[in-house]
Amino acid sequence: MKVAVLKGGSSLERTVSLRSGARVEDALARLGHEVCAIDVGADLVDRLTAEKPDVAFVALHGRGGEDGTVQELLEILGVPYTASRPGACIRCMDKVVAKHALRDAGIPTPEFYAFSQAAFAELGAQKALPQIEERLEFPIVVKPAAGGSALGIKFARTPADVPGALIAAFSYDSKVILERHVPGRDLAVSVLDGEALPVVEAIPLADAYDFEARYEIGRTRFVCPADLSPELTARAQDLALQTYRVLGCEGFARVDLLTDGDDLTVIEANAIPGLTDTSLLPLAAEAAGISFDEFVSRVLDLARARTAAV
Amino acid sequence: MTIDETPPNRPPSSAHEIERYGGLFAKRTRGMTSSAMRDMMAVTARPEVISLATGLPDTTTFPAEDFAWLMSRVAVESSAAALQYGPTDGLDDVRRCIVEVMAAEGTIVDIDDVMVTTGGQQVIDLVCRAFLDPGDVVVAEAPTYPGAVPCFNSFQAQVAQVAMDDDGMRIDVLLETLERLRAEGRTPKFIYTIPNFQNPGGVTMSLERRKALVRIAAEQELVILEDNPYGLLRYEGDPLPTLYSLDGGRYVIYLGTFSKILSAGLRLGWAAAPKPILERLNLGKQAADLCTSPLNQYFVMSYFEHRDWRTYLKQLRGIYRRRRDVMIAALEEFLPAEATWTNPQGGLFIWAKLPDYIDTTDLLARALREHVAFVPGRAAYLDGRGGSEMRLNFSGVNEEEIREGIRRIGKVVAEQVALYGTLTGHKPAPKRAAGDVVEFRRKEAS
Repeated sequence: MKVAVLKGGSSLERTVSLRSGARVEDALARLGHEVCAIDVGADLVDRLTAEKPDVAFVALHGRGGEDGTVQELLEILGVPYTASRPGACIRCMDKVVAKHALRDAGIPTPEFYAFSQAAFAELGAQKALPQIEERLEFPIVVKPAAGGSALGIKFARTPADVPGALIAAFSYDSKVILERHVPGRDLAVSVLDGEALPVVEAIPLADAYDFEARYEIGRTRFVCPADLSPELTARAQDLALQTYRVLGCEGFARVDLLTDGDDLTVIEANAIPGLTDTSLLPLAAEAAGISFDEFVSRVLDLARARTAAV
Repeated sequence: MTIDETPPNRPPSSAHEIERYGGLFAKRTRGMTSSAMRDMMAVTARPEVISLATGLPDTTTFPAEDFAWLMSRVAVESSAAALQYGPTDGLDDVRRCIVEVMAAEGTIVDIDDVMVTTGGQQVIDLVCRAFLDPGDVVVAEAPTYPGAVPCFNSFQAQVAQVAMDDDGMRIDVLLETLERLRAEGRTPKFIYTIPNFQNPGGVTMSLERRKALVRIAAEQELVILEDNPYGLLRYEGDPLPTLYSLDGGRYVIYLGTFSKILSAGLRLGWAAAPKPILERLNLGKQAADLCTSPLNQYFVMSYFEHRDWRTYLKQLRGIYRRRRDVMIAALEEFLPAEATWTNPQGGLFIWAKLPDYIDTTDLLARALREHVAFVPGRAAYLDGRGGSEMRLNFSGVNEEEIREGIRRIGKVVAEQVALYGTLTGHKPAPKRAAGDVVEFRRKEAS
């Protein structure tokens, strides 16, 4: 089978995407497929039209690749592709949309308020900031609506920190979220074909925990399966599955949660989580006895089955 | 968690997978992490991006036919030797070229004072190897060359950064720093400085400070690593003596390179140093790479023999000077009044400072959507400072792109200034009047 691996692109997560793509390419070659690697750019449609792949493996992260744009193109071109369709990609990528959907479905997610840049420029939203600050209590997490990495996420500890944090977050997106800070342990539950994989816990090594340390090799230790009670594990996995379904994900995805004591809360979902040697989904799959090659193979089958069913 | 500790009723832990080699890596590699900022820099290499982030000389200015002709001479005249290993110190004829280049800056050396290295960067590495035990202190400028930071980190050095102003490293702050370090029982081993058109600051150390620095090094028996890649790229003003020449070759290790006057792709640099130090560096180089590519050394020999390197250098100076002027004019036109920047007399970089509430790492993400890139200031500090600063390169792209790149940066900065005004009621300062003098971090204490 001829498989196009879509990777790179111009999102801020380009480097991770190139590494994810390279690992997928290796697996595909081992599985005996013909691999066509495409660093996504202005020639994407031309390349796909010329190469005529049987299926496209989307190994893109961030803007352009994880937000439904490329998926929409693949739909138009009639090329079967892996993971979620445009709707689910859009819902996962935009944390405002995702959090509203979760809240409406009764899935716990930290209390939040979302604003567009226009709300400040045209509607005087800054006048509402003191009420928000009172409601959410400091420290407040300020983050861009889009983006799967830690970029642009700031802690505002006092009201004076808020303008700078907002400006930083608006550097990444025209929409930002102000969110209640939930202390606790970082968990990630990957879902493969509607089944939750073992829970991964990310434990920062540095004393001063900053967002940059999250999922950064060398500064964070990962434990899988996470050291949780069987009951808490089951609930985390169930919440991840509910999230996956509510957002309409397909194939695979990763849901990030926080746990504080017995409480669990969903932070976000990633429609195309990292697939590198140090990424969490492959780690969880391996803990479940699913090798990376097997993972890739199953994801391809799902992509083809979806096309056949349409 | 190890596999043995895993209870039998649970699936085997795969935490070891992600840290498969974790127990084997040396402790000193722990400081070598990847960062979100570095990942972001990967996007700056995309063709649609105007990158003011690189430190690249413009190699399109070197005639391809000259390159072909010189290389064919090497192949015809010196094939076997060029394809062979060479001496660790470098070929004598190349060292003679180096003596000639250093003389052009008024620094007189003998070929025995000099060793050829694989780029100037290798000199930093070799000096760290020769001088640093884990925990030793390197004194550097604030901001310092971002490329030296991973090198210091990999030798587990602590870096004390000394503030600069328009005249380079502040000697009063240096003295305070050295005193404080000694009081804390920490050992400063060497002072790393780029006295000419500093990377990234763009400032040049005054003659007075050069003399003071050399005196302090001798008095306190400290070594100075003088990194001078840009000295010959002076566009105005009088050249100043190198620290090496002021010191008379006692406490100064001089780092030079062909990268900015000929080609960065050759990876050819050199060190000039007191003999005992040179011997140590030589031992380190034997371990690192035996010798610097003889093929590339033969190219340099051929170039110096058949072409006038000064003519090419003069041409480069003309090109870069115009580009610098275009960048300064664009900064005046497009950056808000709260922004300041340095006005370098040479080199490749301008250092700009934006209002405190703008974080240039985040700003880069916004700028990349406008297809323009710069180096966020934090890359040049080891302590998280520099959040509102940025390095701008004017040698790597043409005049039109420089102006357009600065226009785009100005646009995203203006956006953030306006947003800050909306959020806080802060009124932006009126547009700067032409001819205002912009000072470099003059107000900063230390």
